[in-house]
Amino acid sequence: MQAITFENVSYAYKRADEEFSGKAVDGVSLGIEAGRSVALLGANGSGKSTLAKLINGLLLPDSGEVKVFGMPTVCDDPNGLFDIRKRVGMVFQNPDNQQIASIVEDDIAFGPENVGIEREDIGRRIDAALKFTDMERFRYSQISRLSGGQKQRVAIAGALALEPDILILDESTSMLDPKGRKEVMEVARSLNKEKGMTIINITHYMDEAAEADEIYLLKAGKLLKKGTPDEVFSDVSTVEECGLELPRASMLAAKLKAAGINIDQKITTKEGLAEELCKLLLKD
Amino acid sequence: MLQDLTFGQYYPTTSLVHKLDPRTKLLLLIAYITSIFVADNFYGLAAALLFLLIAVAFSAVPFWSVLKSVKSILFLVLFTFLLNLLFYAKKEGDTTLFWRITVEGLLSATFLASRLILLVMGSSVLTLTTTPVSLTDGIESLLKPLSYVKFPVHELALIMSIALRFIPTLAEETDRIIRAQKARGGDFDTGNFFKRIKALIPILIPLLVGAFRRADELGNAMDARCYSGSRNRTKYKKLKFTFRDLLATLFTAALVAGVVLLKIFF
Repeated sequence: MQAITFENVSYAYKRADEEFSGKAVDGVSLGIEAGRSVALLGANGSGKSTLAKLINGLLLPDSGEVKVFGMPTVCDDPNGLFDIRKRVGMVFQNPDNQQIASIVEDDIAFGPENVGIEREDIGRRIDAALKFTDMERFRYSQISRLSGGQKQRVAIAGALALEPDILILDESTSMLDPKGRKEVMEVARSLNKEKGMTIINITHYMDEAAEADEIYLLKAGKLLKKGTPDEVFSDVSTVEECGLELPRASMLAAKLKAAGINIDQKITTKEGLAEELCKLLLKD
Repeated sequence: MLQDLTFGQYYPTTSLVHKLDPRTKLLLLIAYITSIFVADNFYGLAAALLFLLIAVAFSAVPFWSVLKSVKSILFLVLFTFLLNLLFYAKKEGDTTLFWRITVEGLLSATFLASRLILLVMGSSVLTLTTTPVSLTDGIESLLKPLSYVKFPVHELALIMSIALRFIPTLAEETDRIIRAQKARGGDFDTGNFFKRIKALIPILIPLLVGAFRRADELGNAMDARCYSGSRNRTKYKKLKFTFRDLLATLFTAALVAGVVLLKIFF
């Protein structure tokens, strides 16, 4: 089943003083299968965050159509957008700017309260969301005293409380330290693997992207390339054209190849590289 | 510097007073304040003080914390005291001590100052024993009837709780901006009054701009979580009156009755 489809979608910010005056998203068509883990890659201003906001109707397309599980984001029914947002959770970049309440459990309750869930059911959802994000012992804590990684996990829990099918991470790890990044990525990974949730990860980190099922490469609002991490990262020139760097492992593999060592180019992870090098050593 | 700043001075412990419904505490505070203003002699204030002391004893909050709240209005208390002392309208039969100071003026000034002190101490018992969040819930619930005349009670309560939630965040940011400006040679501690006020501008402007940016992002986050105002919204936490609240109400009723009786008989 298609979780998200874009049909020739364009969007431009309507602000006269915007330094970037062109289209933020320019004629993008794509289809993301339910249950996939997808990474959106691109340099700053490539339109990846705009693309994410088009999915749950925070922005509406100027032209073209965005559909989530067949529901278009532009429709006459005023409740239509809420039906979409119930199914699309979103975690933003800044851990400090997305909590509404001061206490963890109150904040997680915010989403279910908005859609009119009964009290007992909200309690059950909070339990489940805290358990999944491993934040149970912080249930009654002040959010302001948590670390960045913990705040982002509260944000994920807040999204999970609406029981979505899709989770969008909009550069959610970019303001975190390595430990916090790891925590958040672990939660996202298990949501995808165990719950079969569709994950859209917008990121600058190539090693995060290397873990995804598929990668979409964006440049200046246009979809430049789509494929598995192996496919995308072996196309060195396109990746560099987007102003991005290859994952460390791929970079090393490419350099070894250039130095005349017969190594597989489709390497994206440390583990893969180590294995490939061992194989080469054994062969000799 | 600003890291420890929290709104109010909630004293975390469990006590009978902490466990009271925030609505009870709010209403009882109003009753207490009213009785202080109804009292027109020292006996009435003494009754209020007794009530306050018993409430503090039940709240498990150190009396010192309650007393500390007076510090912030000490200037106001002194000012009131002096004004009333100096501008006391002299009546016949008043005993003059010296210049324009009379015994009656001294008593009246003391009375008004004590009234202020009792007022602040009473309010601080509320803020020491109630978290800002439950206080907001209490206010929302008490104002509920106003929503029938289209008063935006839910929105008001939400604004209050978001404001409370952002106090530590903004305090942290202020701290960061001050340090950043100091690192560039900013000077906030010397010069005359006006110079120091002017030195605050490079702190306030980035803070304000930052707050708008945060508001924008928070708005997006709220939208993404299906926020649509108070329309068919449920509430996870429900306030409940219990036996404790009845006891506290009876106790306060005794105070009000006492003050009224003292007013009639003395």
